[in-house]
Amino acid sequence: MAEVMKLHYVVSGDDFTRAGETSSKVKKTLNQLGFRPEVVRKVAIAMYEGEINMVIHADGGTIDVDISSDEIVIVMQDKGPGIPDVEKAMQEGFSTASNNVRELGFGAGMGLPNIKKYSDVMEIDTQVGKGTKLRIVIYAKE
Amino acid sequence: MTVSELATRLDLKVYTGEQSTRERCVSGCYIGDLLSLAMSKVQMDSAWITIQTNMNIVAVSSLADGACIIIADGFVPDDSTLEKAKEQEVIILGSELSAYDIAKKLAELGI
Ligand SMILES: Nc1ncnc2c1ncn2[C@@H]1O[C@H](COP(=O)(O)OP(=O)(O)O)[C@@H](O)[C@H]1O
Ligand SMILES: [Mg+2]
Repeated sequence: MAEVMKLHYVVSGDDFTRAGETSSKVKKTLNQLGFRPEVVRKVAIAMYEGEINMVIHADGGTIDVDISSDEIVIVMQDKGPGIPDVEKAMQEGFSTASNNVRELGFGAGMGLPNIKKYSDVMEIDTQVGKGTKLRIVIYAKE
Repeated sequence: MTVSELATRLDLKVYTGEQSTRERCVSGCYIGDLLSLAMSKVQMDSAWITIQTNMNIVAVSSLADGACIIIADGFVPDDSTLEKAKEQEVIILGSELSAYDIAKKLAELGI
């Protein structure tokens, strides 16, 4: 598969109930395309965490997924508050999530660390007051 | 062991999951209520014991490819959770027992 399959999604910001839906769709697509289960799992986890962050911290955003036989590239973009200190945000357990959100089981401060752990490339481009762009690459080859 | 057998042996309440989907095998178990942790720690085909009842548990179990969710301590899943679980074909079971007691029984069964 030399050519790239491109998927585009809009994630709404107020809808906890639908958080994870995009990740599920992409997971299904990758399974259908025959990617290895380990690859699919990495994409599902990394994407879910990014999607949840857009919902709980940034009022939603967009997700673009480029799938080729070599790699899966996920770009998640939002117009939220941005991340003032990325290094701190990357630490396990650091979270600014509200108590409401925590009661639902979110806000463990493990999202960004999980993305780092399950992706091969992770780039954060963020500006306070403007938004955040997260680019994740997961290699599909063994 | 299949999810069906597990449900029978532990006398679990079956909230969602058709008989046919419950033929899936279970091995391993993770206990926890934080979604991000569960997401990375629930292994493929394992049972996830939690007291969370909101619909986000469905996405986590489905994305992590867990075999089933077991809700401990008699907590009851929300209606929206059940709806989502049916849609995503995620099996939700329930028990009056604590997570510890459920896990002990799973261990006795060799899971
Ligand atoms: N898209 C985003 N927009 C703004 N802030 C973010 C975004 N993603 C993450 N953050 C910040 O980084 C922190 C750590 O994120 P994460 O590791 O996913 O933990 P959690 O989401 O559980 O708080 C968040 O609490 C938040 O302050
Ligand atoms: Mg997060």
